[in-house]
Amino acid sequence: MATGSANSINRRTWRRPTAFRNRYTKWAVYGAVLALVVWSLASLQITPGRFLSGLGYGYELIESMLPPETGNEYTLRLFDRMIETIAMAMVATVAGIAISLPVAFGAAGNLSPRPIYYLSRGVISATRAIDGLIVAIIAVIALGFGPLAGIVAISFKTIGFFSKLFAEDLEDIDMGGVEAVRTTGASRFQTLVYGVVPQVVPRFTGLAVYRWDINIRSSTIVGIVGAGGLGVLLQRAYQRYEYDYVAAILIAIIAVVLVAEFVSAVVRRRVQ
Amino acid sequence: MLETENLRKTYPTGDEALCDVSVTIGGREVVAMIGPSGAGKSTFVRCINRLVEPTTGHVFLDDCELTGLGDDELRDARRDIGMVFQEYNLVERLTVMENVLSGRLGYVSNWAALRRNFPPDDVERAYELLDLVGLDGMEDKRVDELSGGQRQRVGIARAVVQEPKIVLADEPTSSLDPETSRDVMKLLTNIAVDRDVPVLINIHEVDLAEKYADRILGLHDGELVFDGPAADLTSESKGIIYRGEEPSESATAVGTSDSTDTETTGHRAKQQSLMAED
Repeated sequence: MATGSANSINRRTWRRPTAFRNRYTKWAVYGAVLALVVWSLASLQITPGRFLSGLGYGYELIESMLPPETGNEYTLRLFDRMIETIAMAMVATVAGIAISLPVAFGAAGNLSPRPIYYLSRGVISATRAIDGLIVAIIAVIALGFGPLAGIVAISFKTIGFFSKLFAEDLEDIDMGGVEAVRTTGASRFQTLVYGVVPQVVPRFTGLAVYRWDINIRSSTIVGIVGAGGLGVLLQRAYQRYEYDYVAAILIAIIAVVLVAEFVSAVVRRRVQ
Repeated sequence: MLETENLRKTYPTGDEALCDVSVTIGGREVVAMIGPSGAGKSTFVRCINRLVEPTTGHVFLDDCELTGLGDDELRDARRDIGMVFQEYNLVERLTVMENVLSGRLGYVSNWAALRRNFPPDDVERAYELLDLVGLDGMEDKRVDELSGGQRQRVGIARAVVQEPKIVLADEPTSSLDPETSRDVMKLLTNIAVDRDVPVLINIHEVDLAEKYADRILGLHDGELVFDGPAADLTSESKGIIYRGEEPSESATAVGTSDSTDTETTGHRAKQQSLMAED
């Protein structure tokens, strides 16, 4: 009875349970996050005055970008590099996926023996740890300027991404069919092509196209460090203060990326 | 002819799933293995083709000792064992024909498997079996378009196309409705006669076992507690199989007609078999 009346008092107020331990912890965490942001701004010395003058520079930059450079010679060079960008992405996607396949099968815990599993997971972690631009810089040092370095860098980044996601898809397959195929006396390879591959073909296609679309974006930027593609032009144009040409290059990049994203979205919707 | 000798399986967790099971199955008999969940029925069937590795004991198929084989030899030996699964275990995204023909993979090269290029004899046999199981004209359908009963028929066709020396069926009716279950049991018994192979069926529906099997094996807690003709399965033997009751004086593990307490035991056995169905 006593508990009953206590409950009836509590029934008149209700507070949403907090994800933190209690309300005081909640406000303390919010306060800490706010303090961190303020401290960061202060230590970078971004003052309102600095911000306003920045806006002024920004306005000047946009003014000097307009209208974008459309001179014949410039446009030709732009198209050249655009084609180089797309070609780099294509080659890097195919090469990267070719290398990724054995790694992905090795990194699928349900299909591969333990030592190979750990080795493959190690390869994936290593290729994911280093950012694409750093890989591109190293590739340029090793192989010299030009699209080859870009292809190597983008293929390298493809391995970590593709192997990891594809290995996860491989781990999600229905093992019943695989077991049954093995039980008929099929060889290891036959079990793979008959029991495993049919289950992952749609995901493979989707992932491949998705990575191709990411690679197009990457191949527009690796040129900044000299690894070929539109980025090379962009970097040169910046150095020469040709901001109207920069604008033209940016428009080209946006166009290429948008088309790639569109194609990728359509294909992925079809296969899934 | 299949022979197991003192087959024992102890899982790494320490669970003893099978305890010295020795049986011989031959000719064209339909053998049903019954027992409560966890009695070791699945383990027994899976130990035969070594999907589960037995801890001790031997399995012989005709003159070949399966338990002593290396990987490659085991692969060849598995061609002689057809298996039907509870969840059908078909490759969903492949066609009916591809699933049936996967029963012949052990006889074709990797390259042929990749190109789905099977010998004409195999294809002809697959067509015949599709007729036999009542799926004629469905060869180009994808398996994920089929009903449960149809899928299990594909599973049976895949097992039989192997031309096996024995067919193992691991709870082939558990995922099916009663009507379809009876059809599948009928089909399995027909196959034993037609193809002249023994069929070993794991099943928990006792009434189906009694109706369709020639012989019944009862497993309780990993031990074989009943082995005899289906007609000899009494309510007392069911008590022994399902509840581990001690056999009475007059009864042996191979069931004889029970004299005492028929009504109460019979009633309980019925309840038990009802429980076992879900």
